[in-house]
Amino acid sequence: MSTTTDPLESAATVEASAAPVVRVTVPKRSLASELRAIKIVWRREIIRYRSDRLRMVTTLVQPLLFLFVLGSGLQQLSAASTHGVNLKTFIYPGILCISVMFTAMFSAASIVWDREFGFLREMMVAPVRRSSIVIGKVIGGATVASFQGVIVIALAGFVGVPYDPLLIIGIFILQLLLAFTITAFGVMIAVRIKQMQSFMGVMQMIVMPMFFISGALFPVANLPGWLAVLNRLDPLTYAVDPMRRLVFNHLTISPAARAALDPGVTWFGWHVPALLEAGMIVVLGLVMLGIAIWEFSTTE
Amino acid sequence: MTGGNGTDPLAIEVRGLVKNYDEVQAVRGVEFEVATGEVFGFLGPNGAGKTTTINMLCTLVTPTAGSASVAGHDIVRERDDVRRNIGLVFQDPTLDGYLTAEQNLRLHAELYGVESSLVKPRMQQVMTMVGLWERKDSIVGTFSGGMRRRLEIARGLMHSPRVLFLDEPTIGLDPQTRRSIWEYIGELKEREEITIFMTTHYMDEAEWCDRIAIMDHGEIVALNAPETLKAGVGTDRVAIQTDDDPAAIAALADRFDIEARMSEGAVTFGVPEGEQFVPRLFGELGIPIKAVHVSRPTLDDVFMSYTGSTIRDAEEDAGKDRNRRMMQMMHGARR
Repeated sequence: MSTTTDPLESAATVEASAAPVVRVTVPKRSLASELRAIKIVWRREIIRYRSDRLRMVTTLVQPLLFLFVLGSGLQQLSAASTHGVNLKTFIYPGILCISVMFTAMFSAASIVWDREFGFLREMMVAPVRRSSIVIGKVIGGATVASFQGVIVIALAGFVGVPYDPLLIIGIFILQLLLAFTITAFGVMIAVRIKQMQSFMGVMQMIVMPMFFISGALFPVANLPGWLAVLNRLDPLTYAVDPMRRLVFNHLTISPAARAALDPGVTWFGWHVPALLEAGMIVVLGLVMLGIAIWEFSTTE
Repeated sequence: MTGGNGTDPLAIEVRGLVKNYDEVQAVRGVEFEVATGEVFGFLGPNGAGKTTTINMLCTLVTPTAGSASVAGHDIVRERDDVRRNIGLVFQDPTLDGYLTAEQNLRLHAELYGVESSLVKPRMQQVMTMVGLWERKDSIVGTFSGGMRRRLEIARGLMHSPRVLFLDEPTIGLDPQTRRSIWEYIGELKEREEITIFMTTHYMDEAEWCDRIAIMDHGEIVALNAPETLKAGVGTDRVAIQTDDDPAAIAALADRFDIEARMSEGAVTFGVPEGEQFVPRLFGELGIPIKAVHVSRPTLDDVFMSYTGSTIRDAEEDAGKDRNRRMMQMMHGARR
């Protein structure tokens, strides 16, 4: 066979004509074929993440800046009020959340790219349910976002968070739930958006306020009234809070420090249990996944 | 038309298909049939409704009225069955540029549920056919436009579709690549039991089809084998350049009773036996002629005889319309 890769000359590869034609048949739609579709859409996200080294690095810059630059810098101002706890340790759960959140939103954004570059059409005409494509996409995005989470989890030791197996597993599960919910949220938005610029705009408008309001960078007690209300309405609050509680459970600090830095989220004076918070994240994620599927099925 | 597997003699059956977008009638009651094993071409200028028709047949767009079946399945009620049996190559690229050629095809095979053990051999076959097997591990983003189009054709064939839709498969490609794509299509027709439905606005390409339908303003104006359509024109095309074109048109009408028009910068008209006519033309026209070109009827002439304009002129008109609309839209957006 000719080894040329010239697009024009390789036209005449006659050798294959001699071989018998491989005929395949496309089976009727079944649960197995839907699962296969979900799996391949999921795998595509992973393959793309792996091949995009630059993205791995760029998405890591932000959490590193927050954690080490902002954390170290503000430490001098806050030393008195943190009761001897390193500010980096305090903001670590919040930074982990925001880092997962950004990666998840970027993964969801790929649906807008896919639309712009036409690839979405290839998936839309395939004989599979639209829901399979959305589910594959959300699971894929969540997986990629939690890779990012794992990198930040690996940094725990540098900011005074102990590598306790139970703590690490707990954080890992929580960030996984968050990754799923945020990706579902991102996909829900991305399905309706035709251009990348618009998506970026929406993201700036939603993600940054969610991050700042969530208490990722401050304790959620004794806030001004308006901020307390916003804080309790921000879904990210319910991801940061249980994660911080988990981290503080594994620190040896004074009760005063604990009370000041990890007051816990309250609803009219009632302490919201961590499990309920985690549950809320999951339910929210499922609802948004449902909306995303419905939207995607109704677009032509 | 032989070559079919006999299960269904008609690959495509279209009855009174209509598609309206707001007030615009993109497709106005199209009717035709395509036999199994046929290469059927849709010919017409941009904006004639070809892509809208193809999108309806591919179940991407729901018709406003009328019905159609593809591979024996209704395009509205049996969407999934249609999708399982068709392959698509769109006008705009739909490959994932970040994946390798092989990954793109594998993704397609998985989405279509191709039996795992057959994925590899089938992939080798279709990629070898378009001459890309050696490039299977390359990232698609590094491919040229022609290579991408070939890969899309290979992908469209991955699941052995019974009908392959090609929407402007050669648009934007250089002549050599265009020819090689036609060679694949020819080869494909030889080897696989497949019906090919394609659109093009290159007149010369339509000659590769068994039958063609000429579409203009959302309607089919002619449908037959290319040879029959050309024979139906019955005249050769003569194009002359003169010092005074309007006078030449008047003189042609006056002395020869020939209706001529300006087309692509030349006075153009049709006469039977054009070559014998040229000496008379020089002798009797009375206006100096700078150049003469006589050509056998082409599909361009067929198009002209049915629509009254050349395909290029029709496209320029459509282009002007589009530009005007765009200007209006931009204007509107600024206000």
